[in-house]
Amino acid sequence: MIDLQGFGDQIAVGAMTTFRIAMASLVLGIGVGLLGATAKLSQFQVLRRLANAYTTIIRGVPELLIILILYFGGTVALTALFGRYVEVDAFAAGVFSLTIVFGAYAAEVFRAAIQAVPTGQIEAAQALGLSKALTWRLVVVPQMWRYALPGLGNLWLTLLKDTALVSVVGLEDVMRKTGVAAGSTHTPLTFYSIAASIYLSFTSISLVCLTLLERRANRGVRIAE
Amino acid sequence: MNWYLIVEALPLLLEGALLTVKLTATSLVLGLFIALPLALLRASPSRALSRPILLYTFVLRGTPLLVQLFLIYYGASQVEWVRSSILWSILREPYWCALIAFSLNNAAYTTEILRGGIRAVPSGEIEAAKALGMSYALRTRRIVLPTAFRLSLPTYANEIVLMLKASSLASTITLMELTGTARKIVAQTFSPYEVFISAALIYLGITFVVVHVVERVERHVTRHLRRVEFQNDYDEQARDMTQIPALEQVAR
Amino acid sequence: MNIKTISSEPTPGSSATRVALRVRDLKKCFGSLEVIRGVSLTAHRGEVISILGSSGSGKSTLLRCLNFLETPSDGEIWISGRQVSLRDGRTGQREINALRMKLGMVFQSFNLWSHKTVLENIVEAPIHVIGLPKREACLRAEELLLKVGLADKRHVYPCHLSGGQQQRVAIARALAMEPEILLFDEPTSALDPELVGEVLKVIRSLAGEGRTMLIVTHELGFARQVSNRVVFLHRGQIEEENEPGAFFGNPTSPRLKEFLSAQSGEARR
Repeated sequence: MIDLQGFGDQIAVGAMTTFRIAMASLVLGIGVGLLGATAKLSQFQVLRRLANAYTTIIRGVPELLIILILYFGGTVALTALFGRYVEVDAFAAGVFSLTIVFGAYAAEVFRAAIQAVPTGQIEAAQALGLSKALTWRLVVVPQMWRYALPGLGNLWLTLLKDTALVSVVGLEDVMRKTGVAAGSTHTPLTFYSIAASIYLSFTSISLVCLTLLERRANRGVRIAE
Repeated sequence: MNWYLIVEALPLLLEGALLTVKLTATSLVLGLFIALPLALLRASPSRALSRPILLYTFVLRGTPLLVQLFLIYYGASQVEWVRSSILWSILREPYWCALIAFSLNNAAYTTEILRGGIRAVPSGEIEAAKALGMSYALRTRRIVLPTAFRLSLPTYANEIVLMLKASSLASTITLMELTGTARKIVAQTFSPYEVFISAALIYLGITFVVVHVVERVERHVTRHLRRVEFQNDYDEQARDMTQIPALEQVAR
Repeated sequence: MNIKTISSEPTPGSSATRVALRVRDLKKCFGSLEVIRGVSLTAHRGEVISILGSSGSGKSTLLRCLNFLETPSDGEIWISGRQVSLRDGRTGQREINALRMKLGMVFQSFNLWSHKTVLENIVEAPIHVIGLPKREACLRAEELLLKVGLADKRHVYPCHLSGGQQQRVAIARALAMEPEILLFDEPTSALDPELVGEVLKVIRSLAGEGRTMLIVTHELGFARQVSNRVVFLHRGQIEEENEPGAFFGNPTSPRLKEFLSAQSGEARR
């Protein structure tokens, strides 16, 4: 067994932090993504333009830079606001940044998924007298998830890996904890390998869950081989 | 908004941007070089050849690039025989560490992208090559790879942009590319907004150019699949219209 | 059929030198499914043999076994007097490539290379497999394009051609390698009816030139006109084999009678 030299507990805490920040960003990011998708499909050109600009900008700027902007920029803003030095919590800054990034890509995924729902289904709902809101809630959204799942799955895996970037602004996640251990024991290879395996396990478990989810989401659907 | 600061910082940022582009381009080239043989192995029907490569791509795509970067930059110092060999002069330098980490990571993604492209080559075209007596090497070179590249282009274009953004991680190991330079200036001037947003705009600019160039390349490479507008002989046109070539679908 | 020696070159002057292709007891299994169950066939130089059969009879598989696009499970194959070794289960890639140069194949779905022009499609193999100089290869290609009636399409890409035109290019491409035997795998099955004629015309002219050809087809009338012999394949075995007049006029096998009446029921010509 690899000698963790007493850092095992700390690293476990770090892993939890990684998981928490990823989950938080996922939930909020899906929310932002849904909003973004509806904006992209809205009848108002202004909304469409804004949403598309949002996606384009986020797609072209490195995630690390976004985290840096929100962390340092946030500190400056809050300090100015409160008149004294207020530091942004790394976790909050991390969730905020990752949500924005996830949301931008998710908006694209949701937009495509919504448009992929066969129009025949919507027409049938309308013919049965369902209002637009009801059609949306009962027919479009449930089916949309099936198309969105693969794309969202990929985004989740990317999100998991992007959480490592938040360690740069001080978040006490796996990267940070293993970094500290590596520094004090002078065995960076050992501890960063441990970090890698932790991320790999997260990824693998996620892949298994995603496969199960996709299978469940595709129940009752014939897939061409 | 301190415009004066932006103007002052711009030359430094652009210098950093140059290193960003250099790092990205070199990583892409090396990554492609590595990925090509790996993709062929990965696309092989033999599991013994394909599985080891899958392990490689799985690990490199399943772990953050930051970890891979630190493993090489910091981790190399732990290994005795590396420290005492000539490799140390390379692995001590942040630039080379970044290059190695980025190239290996990019190679993993590119391998999977190319593999997808290779598998999408119409099997009929490969059979025709076989039937004409072309060896594996010949038909891979002349038939499979050209088409595989063309089919992989949209996904690979995405990978180029992702690599550009990933290059910002080099700032964590003291490299003064665009993000690294921006951080340094911010640390000195305490003006995160002006500097970081300028840096972001430069990234956007580079991305814009890259996307445009790739679109041009894509249009050029698929020109043989677009329908001919007019033909001189109307009879021939009328007769040809009844035959809708399915080959156009190959472009997607 | 007298089968003389199994090994290398036959003695000159014997009837064996006029044998272009011989197959003995060929078998092919896909897993547990036996698709070809012992087919024996001989094609002499200049003979045109049509192979008929319902779907699933193994006709395409038979053809594909000849140039090793499918690896035969058992049996013996002689091309131009040389036996292709199958016994040890693995035939060398070099041997297969050499074999394929003697066999030209035309596919049901043409299989032209979409990223190359008509001319490039035709000269590709001669230049890179045989090593023919570009000039000569292009000259040869031009002649062939004239022969198939597509001289003005040399710089066109396949997706801009009709199916019939593509198939004619495919024929030219196969001819460019100057094969000894031509294999046609349902050459007109993927074509619209009005385009079938132009392809059959080309095949007919090739037959008239005295080429050795094996044609898997559904075009019964064409088979009757152009073949020296017709073979009926059923469930992986040859049910009947005869010259066209007797084959179509006086079928003996009951299954062949069934097949012919079913086909004439939906007569294409």
